[in-house]
Amino acid sequence: MTQLLHELEPAQEMERELIEKVSVVVSKGSLEGIYPALIMANGARMEGIEADLFFTFFGLDALRKDRQAKIKVATVGNPGMHMPTLIGAIPGMSWLATKMMARQMESLDIPPIGEFLELIHDSGGGIYACHATVEMFGLTEDDFVPEVDGILTVGEFYDRSAGAQIIFT
Amino acid sequence: MTVTEIAGAGVEVDPEGFLVYPEDWNRVLAEQIARESGILELTPRHWQVIEFMRERYLETGTAPSIRSLGKESGVPIKELYQLFPKGPAKLAAKIGGIPKPRGCI
Repeated sequence: MTQLLHELEPAQEMERELIEKVSVVVSKGSLEGIYPALIMANGARMEGIEADLFFTFFGLDALRKDRQAKIKVATVGNPGMHMPTLIGAIPGMSWLATKMMARQMESLDIPPIGEFLELIHDSGGGIYACHATVEMFGLTEDDFVPEVDGILTVGEFYDRSAGAQIIFT
Repeated sequence: MTVTEIAGAGVEVDPEGFLVYPEDWNRVLAEQIARESGILELTPRHWQVIEFMRERYLETGTAPSIRSLGKESGVPIKELYQLFPKGPAKLAAKIGGIPKPRGCI
């Protein structure tokens, strides 16, 4: 027999459940792709919430010794910059925008990416690289900064994330 | 705001249990808030962090970020999380009788 909506038993009032664990997936290699994930993971630890970061595709640049310091804001293809494409494409524009943003962030006590990863790592947050991407780009553990806790397959990532909220950035 | 009885005195706290008036604070009160927050005993290292938070807030009007807490309190980040597993900045502020830090870092 079909039951009408209003005939259904009122759902029992649920007790408000707090988030206990988050897993943040970072897939983009731009400054604006990486920072929100770092802020969310660190913010979780600050609230006593467990946090893991899983870097995949170009997000992996945040963990690479040779690229970490070169991560920049996208000045082309980024409508949020409110900059005409041709202006954004001028050599050095991305560098300049990144410099300006870095200064602004420093004044707000937001650390550079390397220091931020160290902070999260020391806070007990996990930092992982995606196995498929590591193979695809021909990388090894030596290419990564020491804060990296390991290289995980997707299956291992899901296993670690049991009971967590997964956030994809 | 509600008034709650902490260490035999009525003090005003916000819904999360942070003191509304930092001047209501004293060390006995701090110990009781700590126990209620799951920290059974405040060691000298705990006190170092709590006093740093409180002094910085009273000087500047804002609580320090976790970054400056790790750099300037004399207690490194790893140890901060061992001392205050449920969030060093938040808990040290609560125990230190200052408002909850509003920053994201």
